[in-house]
Parts: sequence; C-alpha cells; structure tokens
Amino acid sequence: MFVISLALTIVVCTLLSIRTKHLLFAALWLATSNAVVAAFLYALGAHEIAVIELSVGTGLVPVLFVFAVSMMGHLSSVPTTSVSRPLAYSLVGICALLILFSVPSLVSTSPPAFTIGSFSHVLWEDRGLEMLLQIVLIFAGVISILNLLSASRRPAVVRTREDTSAVGDDQREFQREAV
Amino acid sequence: MTLTPFDLGIVAVVALIGIGLYGLMVLRNLVKMIIALQIAAKGAVLALILAGIASNQLNLAQSLAATVILVDTLVAVIGLALAVQLHRTYGTIDLKMLVSRREQPLEQPG
Repeated sequence: MFVISLALTIVVCTLLSIRTKHLLFAALWLATSNAVVAAFLYALGAHEIAVIELSVGTGLVPVLFVFAVSMMGHLSSVPTTSVSRPLAYSLVGICALLILFSVPSLVSTSPPAFTIGSFSHVLWEDRGLEMLLQIVLIFAGVISILNLLSASRRPAVVRTREDTSAVGDDQREFQREAV
Repeated sequence: MTLTPFDLGIVAVVALIGIGLYGLMVLRNLVKMIIALQIAAKGAVLALILAGIASNQLNLAQSLAATVILVDTLVAVIGLALAVQLHRTYGTIDLKMLVSRREQPLEQPG
C-alpha cells in the first residue's frame, strides 16, 4: 500500500509540475516529485542512490531553478504548444508500449555468472576511470556556467527599437555603453 | 492480482518518461522544458535500478544511476544558465518568440 501511494504521488507531482503555469511552483512540484522518487528507490532496496537522489534532486536542483527564476523575474509561462497534442499523445503512447513490451525480456534475463562487489567497490574500483571523468565533467560544467553568466557583462549586439522597449533598465544601460 | 514493487516501478517509469516526453514536445518555455527533461531523466534512473534488480546487479545499476544523476544535473545547470542568458539578451524564454526575434534584422551601432 505504501509503495502504491508512492507511485501515485510521483505521477501526480510530475503532472502538476508540467501543468502549472507558475515557474516557481513548477520547481517546487519537481522537488516534491524527486523526494518521492528517492523514497521509492529506498523502498526498492537501492539505498545509496536514494540518498544521492534526495540530496541532489531535492536539495540542489530546486535551489538552482529558484535562483534562475528569480534572476529572470519570469514567473509564469504561456500555455502554448509547439507540437499538436494528438501527435504528442500518440508518440508518448508508442514509447510507453515499447517500454512495456521490453519488460518481459528484461525480467526473463538469467542472473549473471560473475559476482558483483559492494556499491563502493563498484563505484571506486571497477568504475574508477569513469569517476575521474565525472569529476572532469563537473569542472567543465562549472567553467561553462561561469563563462555563460559573465558573458552578459559584454554588450554584443544592439537590438531593434521594439526589442529595446521590451527589456529592462539594465539592458538599456548596456546599449548606451555600446553606442 | 497483486502488484509487486517491481510492477509499480515499471508503471512509474512509464509515467515519468511519458510525462517528460510529452512536456518536451508540448511546452515552449525553456525552464519548463528543462523540468520535463529532469522528469524523463528520473524515469531513466528508476529504469536502471529496476533493471539492476531484475538482473541481480543492483550495485552496478546504482553506480550507473549515480552517473545519470550527475549528468542530468549538469544538463539542467547549463540549460538554466543558457535560459538566463537568453532572457537577458532577448527578454524572453519562449522558444517561438526567440526564433521570431532571431529573424528580425539588427540595427548597426552608431
């Protein structure tokens, strides 16, 4: 019963995070969904990844979303579509059918002939090189973000008159400096 | 008919990946698209763990899922930084408006 309620809560929270117009509320629903996914992973027996998911998915990611939304001051989204809804529904249905058809072959897989060590052994010994690559990825991500955010201090283009009227005071100051 | 946690996990995987794909196709707001991508990635993490349980390799699946979480978070961070930058440059994060503004001719300074 507990696992059923967890699965239902995951579906409801993800639906609400997609459907709500307010970006801040969408980030909060996403955080709730991540927390429930972490609880679900714990119930499945994946304790280590549940802790990582809880700390990253519920702690770090929502803070980043709230930070970005507060920087943009763009708190609501227009409910418009880029793809027609029937096409989207049919593509999602095809993907769901593909996943469901692949499950019996997954379950009937025979257990491996070799034994796997503990989580820390697999993570740091068997996949040590990949962990080093992940550390490099983290540094590359940090450097790219710093470059992206510092690029706003350099006025690159001067926009048209309509665009100039649509942006804030700080953008007008950039344009005055550029001219 | 009794649903095991594994069966419910399959249902959750289908729901998460389906909702994420639907959001990526339908939404035009960049932040909402990143949220949809996060949801689909959570479905992938859950699918990895279920595959590890089914094949009796849970530790290997957990280490792979940690990689997926890391890359997913990096993608979200870089996407949000790009969205902030686009909002500063063009004043919007709506994809259609961004495309229309790109097609407008720019005035030369001076």
